[in-house]
Amino acid sequence: MVKVLVYPANSLILADLVDRFGHEPLSVQQEVREKISAPGLDSPPLNITPEDPKIGLRYAAVEVPSGVRGRMALLGPLIEEAEAAIVVHDPDPTFGCMGCARTNELVNFLIRAKKIPLLEVKYPSTEDNARDFVVRVAEFLKSLGNEK
Amino acid sequence: MSEIVRIAQLSCGSEYSGIQQEIDEAARTVGAEMVFPDVDAGDIRRIEDDFGLRVASPDLKLMMARAKAVVDGMFDVDAVFIGTCFRCAEAALVRSELRRYIYETTGLPVISYSFTERTTATTLLTRMEALTTMALRKSLLVRERQTGLTAGIDSGSTTTKCVVMRDNEIIGTGWVPTTKVGTTGYGRFLAGDRFKADLVQEEVTVNSKGAVFLADKQKGDATVIDIGGMDNKAISVHNGIPGMFTLGGICAGASGRFLELTARRLGVEITELGALAVKGDARKIAMNSYCIVFGIQSLVNSLSTGAQPEDVAAAACHSVSEQVFEQQLQEVEVKEPVLMVGGSSLIEGLPKAMEELLRVDVHVPPNSQFIGAVGAALLSSGFIEEKKTQVR
Repeated sequence: MVKVLVYPANSLILADLVDRFGHEPLSVQQEVREKISAPGLDSPPLNITPEDPKIGLRYAAVEVPSGVRGRMALLGPLIEEAEAAIVVHDPDPTFGCMGCARTNELVNFLIRAKKIPLLEVKYPSTEDNARDFVVRVAEFLKSLGNEK
Repeated sequence: MSEIVRIAQLSCGSEYSGIQQEIDEAARTVGAEMVFPDVDAGDIRRIEDDFGLRVASPDLKLMMARAKAVVDGMFDVDAVFIGTCFRCAEAALVRSELRRYIYETTGLPVISYSFTERTTATTLLTRMEALTTMALRKSLLVRERQTGLTAGIDSGSTTTKCVVMRDNEIIGTGWVPTTKVGTTGYGRFLAGDRFKADLVQEEVTVNSKGAVFLADKQKGDATVIDIGGMDNKAISVHNGIPGMFTLGGICAGASGRFLELTARRLGVEITELGALAVKGDARKIAMNSYCIVFGIQSLVNSLSTGAQPEDVAAAACHSVSEQVFEQQLQEVEVKEPVLMVGGSSLIEGLPKAMEELLRVDVHVPPNSQFIGAVGAALLSSGFIEEKKTQVR
């Protein structure tokens, strides 16, 4: 079993796929709904306090906006723990979402810099793309199993 | 309008900055609640085309979609709060454009704020209070005449001012240094309790009223600038009612306190600093800091290398005006007439420096140091009349 970071970290679909292939998904358990009534698209499931952006200083300097640092307080430890990662680019908001583009850039960089097995796929826009998307994710997850 | 003021929150990063509960608490304290206009994922997908601004952050798209829902009347609110992370350039663009969009298309009171994890409910309180006053007491704010005999007290961080008015005329004024009344914006609560005030009101609305009343500019647009002892206010006013406004207070280098220190360093009274500054040339002094400590250091260095006191005084006034211009006046629509009020407006070098920066005439109304107290006396006379009418 490999610890696989899914990104967007709140994508339940990705987390479920990882789980089905016998790996441990590293994710933020949060349902993203069609109707958005929370303050943000990726509202935290935890009670974030003003201390969290300070914890986030481990990943981003003080001149980086507090929202980025607060997110990194949550995501940074997941990246550190990850043994593999699946990153979906340009996802639809209902698939899973990172509300902040700057955090998105930093997270993507940190995942690549970690040099772990990594699958980067674009969010599918057609049915054919969607089938291909699932196949690629499945193959990646199987390959992790073989490595073990 | 419902009893509880509904403030639409359009924000990005408030939760992950850990300050959502501070925003909620500030709203609760002034009898308001933060609400989040419902939007669908489809609204977010379309919003860049609808609004015309392309951004990378999905939460900023959410902000824009919510703003559109408010403007389209899909969601009933009394006021709007726009907040994004401090130091996020993309968010600053969106914040600024949404503020203008909402204000111009709906006329709803709107404020914008850039926060950090250090933002507290106390920091937001005056802003929320002003927002709810603008939403709830519009009929009071349109009042143009003071009637009967009323007094207004303005307890600022440096001085506490008092005005007595009778039938639209000021019949008495007075001031004392603020020592026992309170040293923060909470002075109004303490003084209000002590004097059993009929009306306790934040400074954004009373200063707006006081400024247009004393300047005789009650109709049409105006911009009110008040550089206080500890914080500054820049307010866009229309027909005497504040619309967009900003309250500064992050850096003491942009406050009256900096001018007090400058006067002390130059060995002159604060009342003499303005006249001295008018004679000087700010360009002769190298000042490149927003910080009160380093700013004073620059002035002292200049004096030690033979700079003239009048040039130093002018540089101090220019520095304060420049910071207000750069950090606050970009957040409101600057429309003429520009009225500079508060005790600092009597330091002649300050309005002069602001005129040079804005390139418009800056007016200082008579009794401008009593602006808050006059606004309070004016509004309280209306408030008392409203109460009497309700009793009948």
